[in-house]
Amino acid sequence: MSDHDYKPKSKVGQWFNDRLPLLTLANHLTDYPTPKNLNYWWTFGGILTFCLITQIITGLTLAMHYIAHADMAFESVEHIMRDVNYGWLIRYIHANGASMFFLAVYIHIFRSLFYGSYKSPREIIWILGIIIYLLMMAAAFMGYVLPWGQMSFWGATVITNLFSAIPLVGEGIVTWLWGGYSVDNPTLTRFFTLHYLIPFLILGLVVLHIWALHVPGNNNPVGIDIKKPSKDTVPFHPYIVIKDGFALLMFMIVFAFFVFYTPNILGHADNYIEANPMVTPAHIVPEWYLLPFYAILRSVPDKLLGVVAMLSAILILAALPWLDTSKIRSAVFRPLYKQFYWILVADVLILGYVGAMPAEGLYLLIARVATAYYFLHFLVILPVLGFKERTLPIPLSITEPILGGSPNLAAARHRESKIK
Amino acid sequence: MSDKKPKRRDFLFTATTAVGAVGAAAVVWPMVDQMNPDASVKALASTEVDVSSVQPGNTITVLWRGKPVFIRRRTKEEIEEARSVKMEELIHPEKDEDRAKNPEWLVMLGVCTHLGCVPLNDKGDYNGWFCPCHGSHYDTSGRIRKGPAPWNMEVPKYEFVNANTIKIG
Repeated sequence: MSDHDYKPKSKVGQWFNDRLPLLTLANHLTDYPTPKNLNYWWTFGGILTFCLITQIITGLTLAMHYIAHADMAFESVEHIMRDVNYGWLIRYIHANGASMFFLAVYIHIFRSLFYGSYKSPREIIWILGIIIYLLMMAAAFMGYVLPWGQMSFWGATVITNLFSAIPLVGEGIVTWLWGGYSVDNPTLTRFFTLHYLIPFLILGLVVLHIWALHVPGNNNPVGIDIKKPSKDTVPFHPYIVIKDGFALLMFMIVFAFFVFYTPNILGHADNYIEANPMVTPAHIVPEWYLLPFYAILRSVPDKLLGVVAMLSAILILAALPWLDTSKIRSAVFRPLYKQFYWILVADVLILGYVGAMPAEGLYLLIARVATAYYFLHFLVILPVLGFKERTLPIPLSITEPILGGSPNLAAARHRESKIK
Repeated sequence: MSDKKPKRRDFLFTATTAVGAVGAAAVVWPMVDQMNPDASVKALASTEVDVSSVQPGNTITVLWRGKPVFIRRRTKEEIEEARSVKMEELIHPEKDEDRAKNPEWLVMLGVCTHLGCVPLNDKGDYNGWFCPCHGSHYDTSGRIRKGPAPWNMEVPKYEFVNANTIKIG
């Protein structure tokens, strides 16, 4: 990279940059060579950064009005909704922003799965991403507890009780997490503290995530290594900035639709009832973005094994760079993997659906089959596929398929032969 | 390296590390322990309940340590049903005689041992309780019979102060 040769034009700039090379960093970020064939699935990194900043700003403003006390939390949220100037707007942006954040992160993760972005040399980027994802789930869960509604309270009870599955020390850990013998005021205040802390941890990890990305550079739809900078790359600014900006605008339309037209559709009506430790709502369901894992938890009839299965379903992703034995990154050149990829997408969607349904009868059966398939995909199909699959020939450069008209070179050649 | 005798410097390194580790642990422990139940929470250890108005076949729910406690005055059929179950059929074998010293009164934490929801009265396949969260069925003695919960509902420490008053805790 040419970063090290960068010299600011002005004398003041040079003086400053010699003492703190911020301008070198800015230059690196604007000139950062990016593959020129990136499609719109690559815009979600920028969208996610936007989501994080939005959550931090709206969260800070909400914290100015919210009261973290079991007797006052529920009322203070209603106070925000009714009395605080634009409180309704800020809270709806924050609440729906969490869902938008997860929507974007799932697209981002599945983009990575399709194009093999997690493979060497990008394993650390991937693992940092998984840690960010875990922290996002923790932050979202604790944030959902803060309004102190019925779903807040019972969601907190069920999730913290997952730790009681640990043999011997489980009960002690749960009491320690609660700061009492049930979810109560001490639980609320510590959840508020952690909910406030985690976004800043995520911010730090995002910096590392991008740093680690800028070492090998972006993967791309063709999935081959490119020389940079070269004719295969364009500078990040203005090319990618404009493309990311346009995608962000489209994303914000969807975001605004939820905030202004159906702000409560992703929540649960039960959460507008104040927390009551004496009555459990008839149907406890987590937020939509946790449903696939909830389905896995419920599909195992044993308490400890259910918790183990649920955690493994997430942690198995961290081992993905080593479970996938194929040398070819992009699914474009992996005809069999491409099919299994879409089966996995369907499997996760099915798990999400049955996670929202009662755990009985046919739903339970479907959940069990889908859970088994989920693990089968990662533990059996992916490792075996790398050895058995006959991959398509990969192009020599990303310019070649562009000239051929398709990222799939074989398809392009096939089409060409037909014309001739 | 291994054939060399430990030097004074090696001793200093080991000693410094050891003292540092003990010091760090001594500072970390208060940070960890502050999250455990505090004195005011522990002080709410017991509660007294007047049960004179409870009719046979009815359950009252009282709050003890932030958790619901079921106090059920059982009917003769319920007691009979609970006591006639064979131990082999139970997931978590416990005699009804041990769970309800006074057979008419069943006192237990109304907390599902799966993930902590409050089970519903007079529901489920065993005429006892049913947890709506993940489908655990409990019998008329509050013992787990079907579903993901691993144990019977917990019987807290309690005693009859007099014929009409139960002291829990």
